[in-house]
Amino acid sequence: MAARQTPDTLDMAVRVASMDEVDRGLKPHQALAEAGRCIFCHDAPCVKGCPVGIDIPGFIRRMAQRNFVGAARLIRQANPLGAVCARVCPSEAQCEKGCTSAGLTEPVAIACLQRFAMDQEMARGIRQAAAAAPTGRRVAVIGAGPAGLACSLALALAGESVTMYDSAPEPGGVMRYGIPPYRLPREVLNREVDWILGAGVRFVGNTEVGRDIGMDELLSEYDAIFIGAGLGEPATPDVSGLDAPGVISAYSFLRAAGQTDPAPIAQPLGRVVVLGGGNVAIDAACTALRLGAEAVTVAYRRAREQMPAWAREVEFAQDEGVEFAFLLSPAEVLQADGKIMGVRMTRMKLAEDDASGRPRPVPSGEPDEAIGADTVLLAFGQGANESIFSALPSLARSEAGMIEVDPETGASSMAGVFAGGDAVNGGSTVVLAVSEGLRAAAGIRAYLDSSREGSECR
Amino acid sequence: MSVDLSIKFAGIKFENPFTLAASPCTDNAQMVARAFDAGWAAAVLKTTSVEEEVVELVYPMMAGLDFDDKKVIGLQNIDLISERHIDQVEKDVRELKKAYPKKVVGASIMGQKKEHWQSLVRRLEAAGVDFIECSFSCPHGMPERGMGSTIGQNAELTERTARWVKEAARRTPVSIKVTPLVPDLPHIAHAVQKSGADAITAINTVKCLIGVDIDNFVPYPTVNGKSSYGGYSGAAIKPISLRCVAEIAKAVDMPISATGGITTWRDAVEFLLCGARNLQVCTAVMKHGFRIIEDLTDGLSVYLEDKGMSSVEELVGLALPNIVEHSHLSREYKPVSKINLETCVKCDVCYIACQDGGHQAITLDEKRLPHVDEEKCVGCSMCASVCPVWECIQMVPR
Ligand SMILES: Cc1cc2nc3c(=O)[nH]c(=O)nc-3n(C[C@H](O)[C@H](O)[C@H](O)COP(=O)(O)OP(=O)(O)OC[C@H]3O[C@@H](n4cnc5c(N)ncnc54)[C@H](O)[C@@H]3O)c2cc1C
Ligand SMILES: Cc1cc2nc3c(=O)[nH]c(=O)nc-3n(C[C@H](O)[C@H](O)[C@H](O)COP(=O)(O)O)c2cc1C
Repeated sequence: MAARQTPDTLDMAVRVASMDEVDRGLKPHQALAEAGRCIFCHDAPCVKGCPVGIDIPGFIRRMAQRNFVGAARLIRQANPLGAVCARVCPSEAQCEKGCTSAGLTEPVAIACLQRFAMDQEMARGIRQAAAAAPTGRRVAVIGAGPAGLACSLALALAGESVTMYDSAPEPGGVMRYGIPPYRLPREVLNREVDWILGAGVRFVGNTEVGRDIGMDELLSEYDAIFIGAGLGEPATPDVSGLDAPGVISAYSFLRAAGQTDPAPIAQPLGRVVVLGGGNVAIDAACTALRLGAEAVTVAYRRAREQMPAWAREVEFAQDEGVEFAFLLSPAEVLQADGKIMGVRMTRMKLAEDDASGRPRPVPSGEPDEAIGADTVLLAFGQGANESIFSALPSLARSEAGMIEVDPETGASSMAGVFAGGDAVNGGSTVVLAVSEGLRAAAGIRAYLDSSREGSECR
Repeated sequence: MSVDLSIKFAGIKFENPFTLAASPCTDNAQMVARAFDAGWAAAVLKTTSVEEEVVELVYPMMAGLDFDDKKVIGLQNIDLISERHIDQVEKDVRELKKAYPKKVVGASIMGQKKEHWQSLVRRLEAAGVDFIECSFSCPHGMPERGMGSTIGQNAELTERTARWVKEAARRTPVSIKVTPLVPDLPHIAHAVQKSGADAITAINTVKCLIGVDIDNFVPYPTVNGKSSYGGYSGAAIKPISLRCVAEIAKAVDMPISATGGITTWRDAVEFLLCGARNLQVCTAVMKHGFRIIEDLTDGLSVYLEDKGMSSVEELVGLALPNIVEHSHLSREYKPVSKINLETCVKCDVCYIACQDGGHQAITLDEKRLPHVDEEKCVGCSMCASVCPVWECIQMVPR
């Protein structure tokens, strides 16, 4: 059986100095060869590994027959953000994980194939899906991230009138304000977002629900509400000196860097230390490199094996020259003359497992050490989105403090209020947010149907 | 824009041109029902015969031809007609027509003598079959009993037998399934036309010997130490069946159902362009399952959309005027090979092909890049045929 095809990547020298997409995608002959590697096995474990259940063998069969547009449409039926997800999904842990071809050689490069099909479709223009006749029912969607976008599109296509509110000026959520452009070019995002808006979804930006518009207003104006507001403020650890200039949240750093014209970052970055071990830390580190950092170190308090960041992202950063320091926990940001000098780190060792099932880091007793730095980026994760809970105090929370919903319908504890995405799952992936947005769209339609029947009976 | 995949064949409306060919895929009503549910427009039930015809099958009966790592690019079978006789097939027809009134149910028949053919036709007609296909074309097993391709290889037998069938068929269209194993297919097509039959199905399998086990010297499929010639089908025979369909379409004005190697929607388009109005599939389904209907219909729809056409009908026969006698091909046209050095990967298989199978027109520079000497290049196009890079070598007019 032929070997798995790998796409070209940008030349390293160019790559670390630009925001251009690193992955250049499969070439046509590679796409055909890769499609030819699928054995079209009977039970298609790939489909089960996909949170939105894309008909993967179906689209690969279309590709093998050079029907790329048909393939893209099949993908789009299940995932309105198919081009985005082809780029940002951790496919090795999802569809490709169960791939039967792995039993012969390696898994089929499903995400690469998906990307190829979606790119072909984009080149030709995404076909506008036909919406059903208007139902006259109104739905408000809070948050224009993947969950809100997917939910809005499904509702709009079903004939519901949808208005999507977001505190940010443009739709996209973390896809626009977090994930760096070298992994997700903004024109790819824009095309899919425009296509969704083109289905008749109204977008109201710069409008935070709870501040610029009252939740009460939405509850009285709309027949149902979907909350896809994502996570809240970044967590701040207990480290002294965090108020020093040059200590920046990785989230606001990425947000600024992700703009089409990167907003000038306040100062030359110099030596950068990123504190944290998740994907956000990695994205911040690689972005810092691109913005001219002299050296970048990611410092994480556990060992490499426990990093929440995906292995391929860590490798990606290592390839670019990002350094990693493990078993180091920040104690103090060191300053002199109001300028950051570095971070004092406590050396850790691994103890028994904690609630997350990972070994707990505890101080090793060795003396603290300092890492020199001019800029410190904080990537310690985010908590629940409190803007929503303060606007809607009676909303029930899950054990993890997120919005609690019915796993079948996405319905929250309040009648007519549905939720999905990071705001519910506590922070996961774009594709899971899409699937929860779609789940809620179905839940909302069923709810609206039943409440209309109810009112007709009255 | 929505495209219409429906098309008429022999006066019957098919929701799309895709039909299951008479084969193991159609050997019982349950299988055909599943295929209908999957989206197939029609099925020709596996060839049946009168009750007294003894059918004794042998096993194994299949052997695939693999090419590199591709499995079953061609298939040999030494299957015979169905073990299920007309009494059971009648029942299948009734059951299927009741459950799927909008789908098209055809039945394939084979007989030893006039009474057999005619009683098969009458019974199927009474059961409500939509059309009848007569196999004059099975290349193995059946000819030993004077059936199958024995008939189809002889114009007189073809015409006579087809007349018997037409005599008995009062309202049901009849299609004659022909064999490619004749020196002059248009001659056979004329015989079919003279008989009054309504349509032609082309082609049945091609007589073959797919391979020999080089350790024990017995060909495949090996039945207890021996083998026999069989019928070759699947993607590998498409060029033969495509030629046959085009030849028939140019010779007679009759609806043609194409069969032989149809595997993808692209094949489907090609057969339609060469004059077919109906498309039968067997080996591709045996390999990939009924599910391939989605790829066939979707690919065909997207293609029509791309071409700005709204129905399949518009495609039928469009390639025929472009097939001419060899002597009518232009002698003035002088193409030359153009190699795109930007995309060339320097594998230089074009160089090898040109050196040893062409006119030594391609040379290599010190960087191993191939260059065409336009003086020497005759434009044969072997280089473009072997080049593995997408659209890297093109034949352009001088
Ligand atoms: C840096 C980074 C990199 C990531 N990389 C990947 C990756 O490679 N692959 C992957 O699958 N996932 C990745 N993720 C995770 C992924 O982005 C999220 O899981 C996903 O975006 C969640 O979607 P969502 O729709 O639930 O929320 P979000 O994308 O967070 O969108 C929520 C939206 O709601 C708006 N909002 C919030 N509160 C209000 C309010 N009160 N009123 C109005 N609007 C409001 C916000 O402005 C935001 O636009 C990454 C996350 C980050 C932070
Ligand atoms: C196993 C097998 C059994 C077949 N049996 C019949 C048959 O009973 N009657 C018939 O007319 N054709 C029969 N055929 C021929 C097919 O109907 C079809 O015409 C041929 O296989 C070419 O199409 P394909 O390349 O799509 O398989 C059979 C083919 C195979 C492979």
